[in-house]
Formats: sequence, C-alpha cells, structure tokens
Amino acid sequence: MEDRLIKIEKRNDVPTTLYFFTPFIAIILTIIGGGIIFYTLGFNPIEALKFYFITPISNLYGFSELLLKATPLCLIAIGLSFCFKSNNWNIGAEGQLTFGAIVGGGVALLFYNQEGFYILPLIIIAGAIGGMIFALIPAILKTYFNTNEILVSLMLVYVSKLILDYLVVGPWSNPEGFNFPETRQFSDSARMPLLFEGLRIHAGILIALAAVFVSWFVLYKTYLGFQIKVSGLSLKTAKYAGFKGKTMILIVFMISGACAGMAGVGEITGPIGQLHRMISPDYGFTAIIVAFLGRLNPFGIIFASLVVSLTYLGAETTQIFLQIPQYTGQVFQGMILFFLLASDYLLFFKIKFQNFNKNELRH
Amino acid sequence: MSLDISFIGVLIGSIMASSVPLILAASGELITERSGVLNLGVEGMMIIGAISGFALMVITDNLFIAIIGSMLSGVIISLIFGFLTQSLLTNHVATGLALTIFGIGLSAMLGKNFVGIPGKDFPILFSSLRESIPFFGPILFGHSIVLYFAFALPFLTNYFLKKTKLGLVVRAVGDSPVSASNQGINVILVRYCCILYGGGMCGLAGAYLSLIYTPQWIENMTAGRGWIALALVVFATWSPIKVLIGAIIFGGISILQLHMQAVGFRIPVQFLIALPYLMTIIVLVVISRDSRKIKLNTPTSLGRIFYKEK
Repeated sequence: MEDRLIKIEKRNDVPTTLYFFTPFIAIILTIIGGGIIFYTLGFNPIEALKFYFITPISNLYGFSELLLKATPLCLIAIGLSFCFKSNNWNIGAEGQLTFGAIVGGGVALLFYNQEGFYILPLIIIAGAIGGMIFALIPAILKTYFNTNEILVSLMLVYVSKLILDYLVVGPWSNPEGFNFPETRQFSDSARMPLLFEGLRIHAGILIALAAVFVSWFVLYKTYLGFQIKVSGLSLKTAKYAGFKGKTMILIVFMISGACAGMAGVGEITGPIGQLHRMISPDYGFTAIIVAFLGRLNPFGIIFASLVVSLTYLGAETTQIFLQIPQYTGQVFQGMILFFLLASDYLLFFKIKFQNFNKNELRH
Repeated sequence: MSLDISFIGVLIGSIMASSVPLILAASGELITERSGVLNLGVEGMMIIGAISGFALMVITDNLFIAIIGSMLSGVIISLIFGFLTQSLLTNHVATGLALTIFGIGLSAMLGKNFVGIPGKDFPILFSSLRESIPFFGPILFGHSIVLYFAFALPFLTNYFLKKTKLGLVVRAVGDSPVSASNQGINVILVRYCCILYGGGMCGLAGAYLSLIYTPQWIENMTAGRGWIALALVVFATWSPIKVLIGAIIFGGISILQLHMQAVGFRIPVQFLIALPYLMTIIVLVVISRDSRKIKLNTPTSLGRIFYKEK
C-alpha cells in the first residue's frame, strides 16, 4: 500500500470554471511575489504595491493611460489567439507590429502636407497589410520549407527593428529635424481622433474592441474557427477531417500579423504622431502573456490586457516615486506567466489529501 | 605588408572573443535540447549571469567568486524553468519566454546600483607571447581562461554525447523518453540535470560579457545574443562541432560589421547588423527543407511534455 499524504491523480476533463479561475490565482500570487521582491529591495511592500497597482489608476488621466496601453496589447493578443489556438507559435508579433508601423507610417509620410478623411483609413489598411506580409514570411517558410516558425518569427523582430532604424536615421528622417532619428510629424488627418479632450485615449480602442467581437464570431460561430480549434487540439484529427492545414497556417498568421500591424499603426498615429526608434515598449512580446492570461478567449483577453497594461503603468509610477527601474514591469509580467503556467497544473491533475483515510485505517 | 598580417591576426583574435558567449550559451542549450527540452529562456539566463557576475565582482572584489557565482545564478534561475516544465508539466515555449522576460526585468532591477561602475581587468594568459609572435600571437595567446574553456567545450560536449554512457542516456531521453523510462532511466531527473547545466553555461556566457568582453554592467547588455545562441543550435543541427563553426561565423559577422563601419563602407550599418539574423533564417530554411535531414538530427521529443503515470 502506498502511504503518501498527498495523492495526485490525472483529471479526465478540465472543469471550465477552474479554467477561467486559475488566472486570478496567478494574479494574486504575482502581487504577493511582487511584494516580496519590493521587501527584499528595502521598500515597504504594502506601500510599494499601492504605488504599483492603485496610484496609476486613481484618477481619470491614469485610467485613460490604462486603456491607451491596453489597446495594442488587446489587439495583438486577439491576433495571437488565432495562432496559438491552432498550435502555431508566432512569437514575432513585435516584428509584425514594427513592420506594420513602417508601412503605415510610410503612407502617413506620403500625405504629410495634406489633409483628408481618406488618409487615416489608408494608413490603417497599409499597416494591416504590412503586418500581414511580415507574418507571412514565417508562415510560408513553415508550410513550404518545414522551417521552425518560433525562430524565424523571432529573428524577424530584429530585422524589422533594424529596417525602422535605417529609415528614421536615413531616407525618412525629418529634413528639418537636425539629424534626430525621427521622421516628420504626421498631418492631423493621419492621426487617430482623440475620444475625450485632454486624454490620450484614441479611436484605436474601437479597432481593438471590433477585433474582439469579430474574433469571437469567427472562432465560435464559423467553420473556419472550428477548423482552427480542431487542428489546435489534434493535428491528426484535422487531417483526417480533410482540413487544409497549410492554408490554415497561412490564414492564422495573416490574421495575427494584421492585428499586430494595426496595433503598430495605432501607436504611431495615436500617442506618437511620427516614426522613431522606440515605437513600442515590447508590446508584441507582452501580448503573448496577455493571450495566455486571457485563456485565448476574446473576452478574457480584454480583461488580461487591462491587467498587463497596469504592470506597465505601475512600473512607471514606482520609478517616479521609489526610483525603482522601469524594468519591474517585466518582472511582474514574467511572474504572471510563471504563476499562470504553474497553476495550470491544477487543471490537469487532482490533488487529494489523504491523511484522514490513513487515520481511519489505523483505527 | 607585415602590418596587414598582424592586423588580420588581431582581427581573428577579436572574432574569437566575440564568439565566446555564443559558444558557451549554445553548447549549454544543445545539451538541454538533446535531452528533449526546449528552453527559450537563454537570453534571460545570460542576462542574470551577467549581472550576478558583475555584482559579485564589485562586492567581493574576487573574479573567481564572480565567475562561479554567475554560473550558480544561471543554475538557480534555470531551476524555475526546470520545476515548471518537468514537475508541473508546463509548456516549454511559454515557460521559456516567461523566463526571458522575467530575467531581463530582474537583472535591471538588481543592477540598478551597478550602472556606471567601471569593471576590473580580467587576467589574460600568455600576454608576453601575444606580443612576440607576429601573426599567431594575437590569435592563440593573450586571452582569458574562459575563452580557452569555451573553445574546448564543443569538443568536450561532442565527446560526452558520443563516447560516454551518460551522453548516451541524455540522447536516449531526448529521442525516446518512453523507452528510456522503460529501461529504468529517470527521465525527469536527467532532464532536470540537462536544464541546470544549460543554465550554468548561459550564466557563464553572461558573465563573460559583463566581466571580460565589455567589463561593465549595462541594462539589457546581452542584446539578443541569447536568441542567436538558440538559433545556432538549430543552425548546427544539434552537433557541438558545428556550434563552434557557427558561433565563429556569427562572431565574425559582428566584428566585420564594426570594421566596415569604421572604414566607411557604403552598405547601411543596419543591414550589416541584420546579417546574422537573416543568415539564421536562410540556414534554417536550407537545413529544414529536407525533412529527412532535420528528422535525423532533431531530438525526437524536443519540446514535448513527458508524463509518467505513477
């Protein structure tokens, strides 16, 4: 007889409530972990956590900033959810964002001295196409050359950032810009309309919300969504059912790239207003965490993007008030993903405490 | 003419130095991947090694402690990855990404007070021979002990994998965990060891950067070398000797790029910097196109979760 206190059993099916509950466990554990880190750095953990999670959103401006940063995260994560659901590891969304911003920004620069209602839609479409083309590279190499999409999509992140760097210091740099690595300011028609006076939150959030609803519809109400989910669960089943695997890989990468490209356009036509080297604080990588935290579910992703956006804001606030480097954001983001993945253990395994049974046996 | 020859010698020496972190990290990751584990956290483990090595050097003023400490910190941080993927059966790709993001953030937090502190001269071996022998001097001599170790490591790794019983165990675990387990091999334990070894080597690679190559601490100073090391392992089709060759090619490109900038070469700098990344993609395509070839060399269970019903 085994005489262990704790017995671990494999579950036969995953309970849905637990599936959506574990992200909350992960968030709570991250807050506790963050408190411990602040304590070891010599800060009062409660106070530091308050600066991190409460202060940034304690006024209207802060709340608008929360939505501003959640917008690209949500949009990219929605796109990634298509890839991840079908077992395609696109981790180069940052590159697709950058390339989308380059193509969209190029269109914006074409019209730098013109006004017109058609300019912004053109830029958004150009950005989406740019992201799509860039995402097609790993997709085509995966489908026709059997190449690992993780490494290719990742290498392309560096390539796209270098292309951007080349353009802003070279051919596209502002002729009146005293050699600063940046382009001209975009014209007013090339900027996302602001939703409220005095706040930076812009119309890009509407694109993100539209993407949420469209992705929900596609994933849960269409045949394509069904195909994507089935091939994510079992490639063999998908092949047996006669789904065109290669076409589907191309489609999910294109969706994902278009979303990332539009997110890039949202940044340059929204808060930034021009192209320069630092158009994204790694939104493309952080969105991977958002996609997982949101359980690849469109509405879960909205919630997750707000949580992760708060880690960006919190890092800025603690830098200002406590002089802790801004990189704390990444520590929290990494911890969220660690704890989320760890808590998935509860989904697949039942943990039973057996000491009561043992006592009964002894009597 | 003699000036040209000695310049080429110095050039080769500097290419060797720049390839060291790639050799160390890729050789470590190679063992990890040969056991069937895909750890995408190389960049994170390297940067943790870089800051802990530098911090220990500043605090203890002892380079030996700094080097050992950087390896230990790589081991400790990879233990998180090992625990999650092996004991809690999490997805390798997602866990590795989390490790990289976490590592970069944590290193910047820990390194806050070490920015701007000048590094210490790392002792170099045979420095007199370096000056006295014209061409071969700068190539063979006047390097740190870590460089000599790095250049020996691929051969040691090759010997380990091909000629020792333990190496066979690692390969068996990577290629067929189920049959290895049926043979009485503790698959999880072997994979834990390989993950920790990979972590230690990545830690050392990071310390090489912050203690020897550019002796100072800069936030995010690994600058994507961890990802290149990961690509190198695939580039080398999981063969240690090819890792060495690949690392020298990549190191060579990064050095040549610097020199071409200095000479005022007409190609944009950004294109030259992008070359290693583009080359990785091209090589990946070339070796992957032949699916038989890649199947022959890839550890069969790479990235798959192994679970043994108890």
